[in-house]
Amino acid sequence: MRGALISGIGISRIGRKTGMEALELTAESSRAAMADAGVTPSDVDGIATIGDTPLAVAAKTLGISPTWTGGSMGYYGLLTPVVDACTAVARGAARHVLVYRTVNMIGGEATMDRSAGGPMEIPPAMRDISRILTMHAYSASNWLAMHLRRHMHLYGTTREQIGWLAINSRRNAALNPDAVYRQPITMEDYLSARMISEPFGLLDCDVPVDGAIAVVVSGAEHADACAHPVRVDAVGGSDGAGGWDQRPDYPKMASTDAAREMWNSTDLRPADVDLAELYDGFTFLTMAWLEALGFCADGESGPFLEGASRIALDGALPLNTYGGQLSAGRMHGYWVLHEACLQLRGEAGPRQVPGRPEVAVVSNGGGPIAGCMLLTR
Amino acid sequence: MTAVAPRVTPPLDDGNREFWTSGAAGELRLPRCATCDRWIFPPSLHCPGCGGVAAYAPLSGRGRVFTYTVNYHRFHPEVPVPYVIAIVELAEQDGLRFTTDIVHCPVDDVTIGLPVRVVFEQQGDVFVPLFEPAPDGQT
Repeated sequence: MRGALISGIGISRIGRKTGMEALELTAESSRAAMADAGVTPSDVDGIATIGDTPLAVAAKTLGISPTWTGGSMGYYGLLTPVVDACTAVARGAARHVLVYRTVNMIGGEATMDRSAGGPMEIPPAMRDISRILTMHAYSASNWLAMHLRRHMHLYGTTREQIGWLAINSRRNAALNPDAVYRQPITMEDYLSARMISEPFGLLDCDVPVDGAIAVVVSGAEHADACAHPVRVDAVGGSDGAGGWDQRPDYPKMASTDAAREMWNSTDLRPADVDLAELYDGFTFLTMAWLEALGFCADGESGPFLEGASRIALDGALPLNTYGGQLSAGRMHGYWVLHEACLQLRGEAGPRQVPGRPEVAVVSNGGGPIAGCMLLTR
Repeated sequence: MTAVAPRVTPPLDDGNREFWTSGAAGELRLPRCATCDRWIFPPSLHCPGCGGVAAYAPLSGRGRVFTYTVNYHRFHPEVPVPYVIAIVELAEQDGLRFTTDIVHCPVDDVTIGLPVRVVFEQQGDVFVPLFEPAPDGQT
């Protein structure tokens, strides 16, 4: 993946049931990302998204005339458009690619994910979903609660251990003015929250929001002209083999495959990582990523989280420093990317990780969908 | 008898039809490879292990709870909560498992390892394989 950098990032206003139009959110984040990258719409010759505001509508609104377009759910999960953009600039198919993700309160219903501009295509890795829906298992909370239950059975993982992840994320959200939930929570709050799909309670689930995040992906040759280049060192993805319930190594998930692929393509090691922004649509997904990425051994994510000292802003591995999707809001795999860039640039304000972080890992996805990315400054 | 809540049923094809309809005969059936004897799930008439040809054969309908969740949130307005969704591993082969529901018992009675046996719930032409605790505690 060397050859690509993230030259700019932008975030719209974020809120719950704001009534803001998707296109307005897309444009707000995209204009911010282009300004941050120091490029104008006429410099941008590529545009990609995962399937919310249609590309043509966004391009016309922003004044972009793309010669390269990309995006959809794919091998790298929600990050597929970003990886596609990296590939495009690395091979010279585009110079600057705008990638955006817009959400309007997605999730939490008995249907497949519906994004702002219409239904997302069901990726091949999700083809087993119709027989799982037959079993009244309508929600990812159902599918992933079974992974967590198995993890608890195999390793003795407890809800108290997991609660530290939710508490840590809320502490970080308190330092993020864009986060939607900023009031502190206690372990008692976590444990007494109403059950959704046991062992997941309400505070194991992320928070639907309205908002958009955009990044500008540029060729590495633009690094000198960029005020704050963040380099894409390595990426990993998965074909999702085994689907939701057939992996021989269950409760492992596609994150295991993606992490292996990422580490296979870099000289950096888990010990080199200064901070981690790991997907948390549900708490257990972050735990699965911690294990998959080798920050702890298989089954050890519970003890790793306990007490939250390791994962705090001043800990050995600051985790989900913006508050996570659990507390900041479900920006569907893109806030992790935005935050990792902000931290590597040293621009995260009151929640800035100390010691000039140099390497960050970003991940998204759960079940048969996974993508991860190693970023350096 | 209370009304059975509707289920969305999967599209049937030559590979999976017998799995979803053999409950009409009171049997759980899956394809088994004629070459390597392996049971195949998801159902397919082509063995993913050795490439051999598979044909449907009856299973005992016995197994154990591999993992489960108690669903408390009303995701579907016509499905009463709480209820238990589980992955059951069938007795015939390690790793032969699929997502299903555990029925006919209090939700708090379900544990990993619980011996279960198949029961069927008819939804039109489809007989959905669900499981209940095995009365003899045996698999």
